[in-house]
Amino acid sequence: MSEMGAEVYYQKFHPEGNQFHPLHFFSGPDSYTLLDNVSCASYGVNVAGIIRAPRGDGKESIVLVTPYDFINGGDYEALSLGITGTLFSLLARVTWLSKDIIWLVADSRYGDYRPVAAWLTEYHSPSFKDSDLLKCGELNTADKFRRAGTMAAALVLKVDGRSERFEDTLSIYAEASNGQMPNLDLINVVNYLAVHRQGFYVKVEKVVSLLSSSWLKIIGEIFEAVGKLAHTLNPDWNFGIPTADYLEGSATLASSLYSQALGIPTGPHGAFRDYQVDAITLKVSPRFPPDSKTRQHDFFLRGAKLLEGTIRSVNNLLEKFHQSFFLYLLTSPSKFISVGVYMIAFALLVASLPMVAASLYIDGCKALNNSTLNPAGNFKSWKWLDAAKQVFALHLFGLIVTLLPYFICQVPGQHSPSNRSIMWGTTSSSLLLITFATIPGCSPFSSRRHGTNWAVLKSVTISAAFIGLCLMSIINFATAEIGALLLVPTCLIVQPIKPALRSRRIKSLLGAFCSMVLLTIGFPVMLFAISKGLFGEGLVGLSLGGEFWTWLESLWAWKSATYLYIGMVHLPCWLLCLCILFHPS
Amino acid sequence: MASLVRSWIPLLILQSFLVAVAFGSKEAEQFSEALLLKPLPDRKVLAHFHFENRAPPSNSHGRHHHLFPKAISQLVQKFRVKEMELSFTQGRWNHEHWGGFDPLSSMNAKPVGVELWAVFDVPQSQVDTSWKNLTHALSGLFCASINFLESSTSYAAPTWGFGTNSDKLRYGSLPREAVCTENLTPWLKLLPCRDKDGISALMNRPSVYRGFYHSQRLHLSTVESGQEGLGSGIVLEQTLTVVLQPETTSVETNMQPSWSLSSLFGRKVVGSCVLAKSSNVYLQLEGRLGHESKNVDTEIEAHKLWKNADFDLSLKPDRVLRESSGLLFIFDIDKSSDSEPFDLGLNWKLPSKWSCQQAPLQASRFLMGSGNERGAIAILLKATESQEKLPGRELTDGRCTIKANIFQIFPWYIKVYYHTLQIFVDQQQKTDSEVLKKINVSPSTDKVSSGMLEMMLELPCEVKSAAISIEYDKGFLHIDEYPPDANQGFDIPSALISFPSHHASLDFQEELSKSPLLSSFKEKSLVRSYTEVLLVPLTTPDFSMPYNVITITCTIFALYFGSLLNVLRRRIGEEERFLKSQGKKTGGVKQLLLRLTAKIRGRPIEAPSSESPAAESSFLSTKLIFKIILIAGAAAAWQYFSTDK
Repeated sequence: MSEMGAEVYYQKFHPEGNQFHPLHFFSGPDSYTLLDNVSCASYGVNVAGIIRAPRGDGKESIVLVTPYDFINGGDYEALSLGITGTLFSLLARVTWLSKDIIWLVADSRYGDYRPVAAWLTEYHSPSFKDSDLLKCGELNTADKFRRAGTMAAALVLKVDGRSERFEDTLSIYAEASNGQMPNLDLINVVNYLAVHRQGFYVKVEKVVSLLSSSWLKIIGEIFEAVGKLAHTLNPDWNFGIPTADYLEGSATLASSLYSQALGIPTGPHGAFRDYQVDAITLKVSPRFPPDSKTRQHDFFLRGAKLLEGTIRSVNNLLEKFHQSFFLYLLTSPSKFISVGVYMIAFALLVASLPMVAASLYIDGCKALNNSTLNPAGNFKSWKWLDAAKQVFALHLFGLIVTLLPYFICQVPGQHSPSNRSIMWGTTSSSLLLITFATIPGCSPFSSRRHGTNWAVLKSVTISAAFIGLCLMSIINFATAEIGALLLVPTCLIVQPIKPALRSRRIKSLLGAFCSMVLLTIGFPVMLFAISKGLFGEGLVGLSLGGEFWTWLESLWAWKSATYLYIGMVHLPCWLLCLCILFHPS
Repeated sequence: MASLVRSWIPLLILQSFLVAVAFGSKEAEQFSEALLLKPLPDRKVLAHFHFENRAPPSNSHGRHHHLFPKAISQLVQKFRVKEMELSFTQGRWNHEHWGGFDPLSSMNAKPVGVELWAVFDVPQSQVDTSWKNLTHALSGLFCASINFLESSTSYAAPTWGFGTNSDKLRYGSLPREAVCTENLTPWLKLLPCRDKDGISALMNRPSVYRGFYHSQRLHLSTVESGQEGLGSGIVLEQTLTVVLQPETTSVETNMQPSWSLSSLFGRKVVGSCVLAKSSNVYLQLEGRLGHESKNVDTEIEAHKLWKNADFDLSLKPDRVLRESSGLLFIFDIDKSSDSEPFDLGLNWKLPSKWSCQQAPLQASRFLMGSGNERGAIAILLKATESQEKLPGRELTDGRCTIKANIFQIFPWYIKVYYHTLQIFVDQQQKTDSEVLKKINVSPSTDKVSSGMLEMMLELPCEVKSAAISIEYDKGFLHIDEYPPDANQGFDIPSALISFPSHHASLDFQEELSKSPLLSSFKEKSLVRSYTEVLLVPLTTPDFSMPYNVITITCTIFALYFGSLLNVLRRRIGEEERFLKSQGKKTGGVKQLLLRLTAKIRGRPIEAPSSESPAAESSFLSTKLIFKIILIAGAAAAWQYFSTDK
């Protein structure tokens, strides 16, 4: 790189560093705890080069990242390195640069994400203190780190295996941690240049199993028919879309929603989002095998042209991307759903909760007054307090369950994920029993009829779920949306099963059956298994616990708020619904 | 006699070569031009234009100048400027490759944008007013927005950190100012020959602005005559420093590119400016002293200096000077003419490598932290390789130390917490008392004045790196202080790092320089370096939010008052009785359907059939539903159109 006139330096980093800490969920990225005892056995080396813009003022920079495994990098990785290297040498000679260009070759021996995150940490919050790491190896990296101002945008380039389609394929990955998205304009720029200039086939990830599902196809056909009908009625109404588009769109939307809800970044670009830098990963798949030299030239040219065009577009911007295009869901690389539209669905879903809670509360109070001549009649307005106690206790239980893995991790000795999940399961269920035993009126199995009225309990549960969902929708909308889809029907439909069985009417039996089904689905482990099945992966009975544990581990390792949601909103509400279902009244 | 001697002392100090002229009965205004060319280690060429214009002290008021620009002399008289420097810069000076320890870089490496400082000769209370007036005058004179420096939030009054100790000094810089030909043209107008003749004719705009670095500087200082009744003389120094990349055809990467004046600028010099007293071209070659013999007595050896195995010059130099680190070839361009233009060329034959003298510590500055709330500014000082060789080390208490002054202005929206100042020397945290010798802090006031930090560090000589970090909170701007569009961010002006115990000067072995350029190089100048400009992204509020809030509030008010009035006005019992008495009326639903179909088909409604008011009230409920649908539709449409934007 220095031959091209760039400033080059090396940076060492540690491959590990993700540890579960309950308090680190919402803290910024600079709260990485520095490990004191550092071993020289394994460390990665990042290489970075900076081109200074000839007449620029050095206030801003654009980052290019190519993950590369120095030891066993394949042909494709070498190809991505080649494309970026060529582009870099071109950029070193051009005169139009106004922002500095940083090329980071990330050492991908330890995954894609970690080296980029380590480099960004060093870039933004270096510790000036002495580090043992610097003394490792013969490479002296001390005091060589260079910076180039505020980052305007970052592009991660990867060349992946062969494309299945006839054209070269470009996949765009955009989701960062906790469902944060980069600015839509960046995706639009890449998409426009790739489609209209370089002739790539651009795609974003989608749920493949949805494409072949028949019920979705039927819905799509209905939509198409309605659209056509509307068009014949009034030629100005053009909302009809073809079935195939509808299928593609909903599959992409589902995938977009799912990866946002998980809160795990889909690539190394996620590290940039922590520092408010817009970044996306471009995964290019050539249509030829890597060893055919003849076609390589063409692919090389087009890949580099696409990157150059994107860099040039960002370079020519005088200001930042507009601040309002961060909340969206992708339905195709060129189409999106804005926050103003998708909020409506969630709001309508959630709006029913407070209304039902209010009506239930009034009903419950009436029932309570009628059924019992309560000695404490003068405390009429405090009837919800009993129920609230129960709800609070269960939420507290949820919090403890959420924090339990931290302590389980502290248990000495090596345990397999399934063992750990069993440990977790047993401790939490015993805790649940203790909760039911100690707090009166909590247990659904107590024979006392003078416990809390189920209607009041349900009303308080619904209020708690409402608050939880609304809070979550601010933190990570996609999680709240999916959570609401599960939680809202469960909370609304659930009723004590005993009277329903006693009455033996079809309507109440149907209601009981529905609530049973919803509650089974609503159990987090069950949900995980179903989603695994949906995404086309096999369901293994015994190792499910282990897999669930690994999944949760990845969630908290990425500081995903979804984990908190599952532990502190979903689980207590599900338990409360269970309590209502088995209510003795 | 004594008074005569006294009057000469300042003259002797400041303008040594003027002495000869001063013997004459009348001092004349003088103008001299010079161009210094210097190949740089990273295959670039530095061109430094230097013009000096002197107006001697005279007693005539409303004076007439022969050569000296009237605009400048009026400026000096009106605002009583003692010393002033204005620089317009584009690009960054590369301290690593272009040097940091010679007079050229310490005087001409300027921060990006506009920098202005001035010392006034007025009472303390009038300094600020003079500064404000001066900025306005200069902004008109140089077609630049220097008038933004007028506001008290953008300038500061450094006491000692800037290098000049004066309490009448004001300093301000505009990092965002774009520099272009519109700033160069008025600057050229101050020259007697403009860019029509002499060295300045080389300034071909496209080639000057194509360079990697471009800095035009205007420095003026007044010379007190000391005599009663005489005004003060003015020395105006105008320099333009350009770093150009010669176009090369050779493929070899370690070969220095060959160039000539015509290939660099696309023009040639055809004779000097006739008004100039001296016009010279200098070529400085660094690091060429080692393998040259000490004595240049014979003609052959002198010839060898400019035509040897390494390189050859296309013209024979008139003189060759040796200085501490290299050679200086002097050319006089008086001899050139239209038929024989002066076109100096340098042709490299062998690859050669050398390095520039660097400042003892190399400074870089960056922002730390993330998010829109707070952050930290860090200044990193790294020892350069040439540090050990440099003079200027001081021994205090038996320790060898390097002194470094840091001068930094903080705009008010960067709310710096000065107590969070942390200093690390060689990765060890030091307490303030260990390394800080002096510190002067003036905190900023919101929207009134900017903050300023001056500190003097005393570092041990064997220091490898030193880091200073200071935390800040980002302030909130008032709504009308935001730039009109989505903005890039806000700038923190460059920090100035100077080394008070290090002075850069070229010292020539022969004593004869009469040229103002060489004499300015001979003077000891403070070693300075400016850091990068930083960009702070501040929170940008959503400016459409007030509008949204107003809309939603109005909607809620309308709904509230509408329903309240409805409840107050309607008598339900009466209505029910009325409905019962009327009986059922058919046709309401049918009419509604008719209307709906008409609406859907987008055709106007057919002529309405006669309707009695009584009939209307009968299907009041359906009308209500229709109204609700209408409102919902309107809301949906509004939503659709508003999100479309």
